[in-house]
Amino acid sequence: MSQFLTLLLRNRLAAAGGVVLLIVLALALLTPVLPLANPDATDTANRFQPVLSAGHLLGTDHLGRDQLSRLLWGTRLSLAVGIAAAVFAASIGAAIGIIAGYFGGRTDNLIMRGVDMLMAFPYILLALAIVAALGPGLVNALIAVAAVNVPFFARNIRGVTVGLAHKEFIDAARLAGLGHTRIIFSEILPNVVPVIVIAMSTTIGWMILETAGLSFLGLGSQPPQADLGSMLGEARGALITHPLTSVVPGAMILVIVMGINLLGDGVRDALDPRLRSGALARPMAATRVARRAPVPQNEDAGAVLALQGLETQFHVKDRVYKAVGGVSLQVKPGECLGLIGESGSGKSVTALSVMGLVASPPGVITAGAARYDGADLIGAPYETLRHLRGNRIAYIFQDPQATLHPLYRVGDQLVEAIRSHRPLSKSEAWARAVELLKQVRIPNPESRATSFPHEMSGGMRQRVGIAMAMANNPDVIIADEPTTALDVTVQAQILSLLNELRRERGLAIVFITHDFGVVAQLCDRVAVMYAGRIVEQGPTEAVLAAPAHPYTRRLIACVPELGEGRRKLEAIPGLPPAVDRLDPGCAFAPRCLKAQAVCKQGDIALAEEGARVVRCLFPETDIRLEQSV
Amino acid sequence: MTGYILKRLLSAIPVLLGITVIVFLIMALIPGDPALAILGSYATPENVAKLNRDLGLDAPLVTRYFIWLGNMLQGDFGQSFALNRPVLDEVLERFGATLLLAGVSFVLCAVLGIAAGVVSAARQFGLADKAITFVVLLGISIPSFFLGMMMILIFAVDLRWFPVSGMKMAYGGGGFADVANHLVMPALALSVVATGVVARLSRGAMLEVLRQDYIRTARAKGVSEGRVIWGHALRSAMVSIIPVLGIQAGFVLSGAVYIEMVFQWPGVGRMLVDAILKRDILLVQGGVVFVAACYVLFNIAVDVAQSLLDPRIKT
Repeated sequence: MSQFLTLLLRNRLAAAGGVVLLIVLALALLTPVLPLANPDATDTANRFQPVLSAGHLLGTDHLGRDQLSRLLWGTRLSLAVGIAAAVFAASIGAAIGIIAGYFGGRTDNLIMRGVDMLMAFPYILLALAIVAALGPGLVNALIAVAAVNVPFFARNIRGVTVGLAHKEFIDAARLAGLGHTRIIFSEILPNVVPVIVIAMSTTIGWMILETAGLSFLGLGSQPPQADLGSMLGEARGALITHPLTSVVPGAMILVIVMGINLLGDGVRDALDPRLRSGALARPMAATRVARRAPVPQNEDAGAVLALQGLETQFHVKDRVYKAVGGVSLQVKPGECLGLIGESGSGKSVTALSVMGLVASPPGVITAGAARYDGADLIGAPYETLRHLRGNRIAYIFQDPQATLHPLYRVGDQLVEAIRSHRPLSKSEAWARAVELLKQVRIPNPESRATSFPHEMSGGMRQRVGIAMAMANNPDVIIADEPTTALDVTVQAQILSLLNELRRERGLAIVFITHDFGVVAQLCDRVAVMYAGRIVEQGPTEAVLAAPAHPYTRRLIACVPELGEGRRKLEAIPGLPPAVDRLDPGCAFAPRCLKAQAVCKQGDIALAEEGARVVRCLFPETDIRLEQSV
Repeated sequence: MTGYILKRLLSAIPVLLGITVIVFLIMALIPGDPALAILGSYATPENVAKLNRDLGLDAPLVTRYFIWLGNMLQGDFGQSFALNRPVLDEVLERFGATLLLAGVSFVLCAVLGIAAGVVSAARQFGLADKAITFVVLLGISIPSFFLGMMMILIFAVDLRWFPVSGMKMAYGGGGFADVANHLVMPALALSVVATGVVARLSRGAMLEVLRQDYIRTARAKGVSEGRVIWGHALRSAMVSIIPVLGIQAGFVLSGAVYIEMVFQWPGVGRMLVDAILKRDILLVQGGVVFVAACYVLFNIAVDVAQSLLDPRIKT
């Protein structure tokens, strides 16, 4: 609760709204004891007195009545009626909702049908019909406004109750022999109350507006009693000659409703955990770059894509998650590099950083370079990045269900990939799209191009993803676990397809995976990542045959081998470290069987020997010896 | 698609019946004897009994409902005693003006609201976002009738850009320019709240969609940011925006009553308020049923639009 209040107060607008509301409420409560003129005392000799005239702070209205007094009495009435309507609507609506949700079945069906019928009416029209039947008057307006809001509450509360009605503690209460009434009052109601309060905070402003509206139309409060709405209605006749009498009550309604809305938004934000963590921030067109170190010199002449000391972090509130902590990698044309590690090791973030596709906020690239043909892409102008994206460097993503646009035909998605970079006509691009689908061996490509993603199987969708990556004959494909979501036979097909494309076209592939089996099938070299850093790198066969880093060895041990029942499949005990508080030294040390005290003291450099590198003080294999053999 | 439209139309029948039942029951709540109210000082016991017989009010409730429903289905909504003419004639004559006002307001709220929401989301936390968020908050907090009155003061009285009132369309006068001139202020005033609601929702929907993986895919393809926002993202966001547009249609249609009062607009809303004050029950009944039925039909159009937009909806 105190945390909730802190959050609410930190939201300055909500706090301002709350303060304004408190002042208005206090004034409304104090009205009877304030030294005010009689709001109904007419004085036709002093009609339409201006603001600050003698004895009338806000002037007088068309009957010479004191405006300030009328305003405060009117505010009091409007607030009372609005709040009463909200309380009635909430209690009746909640009762209906709880009964429907708790009992379910036919009761639920019948009640919700009725609620749907009421909701089929345009809102204010129903209120008018009710007032028409009951006759004009403030109480009748209150009933009408409360009645038309009942369905809203009933529907909301029913939803929550249905969720609760099947929870274990309700079943337990039933088994304990408690009656329905008991369960509803002791188990359901306490859980539903917060929802009712939130729903009220969002609708009370509406109800004050609506009752004021009915009074404005002359259907609510009747003279001499006046709420803010009827004050406005009465003033309308003199709008052009004496606007003040209209402005005063109108502005008051605005202030009240705005205060309620500000406070309501604040309450909602403070209660919604997603907003609290800032997760609802939308990613920008390119990852933010804020390099704190000079750009490294270009070193690798032969590589088509080279990362140098890349660092990518996530800044969430005051925490810094070092997802990628200085990664250097390179791929040559026609080469396939495997990038392997557990979930959360930073391999995907590394790959997405290349083209500035890391979601930002919260992602920030803080150091290093990513060079395509020698030119640094980190911090490159957006147009440069856009021109290269999908054109020279293309991505294949993991889950094609989520990564293809659900509302566009796959052919159109391919056409768009092509036409973003090539001035082809629509029909030319469509022909090329069909051709691409054929290349990735989709049967009936002409008709499949008109399918939507949800009409295809997972394997088919991933082929579409590959076709899309191939659309502009890129130089580099970065494949981020493209086969993880697929079953084994489809996985094998996709891998051989990628391999073929690489051999035919001299593509460079960065293949991200957590599966050494896949690496063995496809990759020339492999880099192993742990907690945002490369811990080992080398030719696939050499690393598989004699892993140097203890982590690599354990990862390889995770892969089951066919026909070799004797080897024990080993899971790695423990979890990868949280990257927001990395201890100095080797990040794997806490899980490592060979760890010594020295492993946790200071940074461990990469030891390099020929094609192999390892970041370990006590490697499993001495890569220097291996090289000399 | 035709099959889907037919299916939706059929499913509207119970809703329409439900609406007539609800309206009928509400009107049956009327305390006292309606004949007394109608006859006023002529309410001798014989006259009351005769009128009750003439109006069919001496029959049981269920019978009365079916007689009323049957008459309506034949186009007989009864006779307005205050205007002394058939209810349907009066409603139809007025409905055009309301439809024009609400229709223009609806288009305004959809176009402006979605545009504001999209810009707001695309520039989240930026200056444009803050400005739009503030204006939207103001918009959803201001009573439309107060806004209308302030618009009259500023744009009609001070600046003399638009006429205060005096739409004569319903009475057969005024050409296009005259109607358009009279329409600007009321349509704007009516659309402001709905625009705010649509803008808020669109912003939220866009923020939700922009985090999706397929948006990253579009960017990875090299699609321009404009197309990512106004194409890929908005297209998906529309799936959650369209139902709210349906609700807002009901809001402008019924909220028109305030604006019609402020601008002396000769529409159904003003007719209903007059009828309520004169206790012209049959006119209220007919007007409410007619407008509600139109709204139900409009919502079917909304559902059809939704199914055209989202191929995952089974048609």
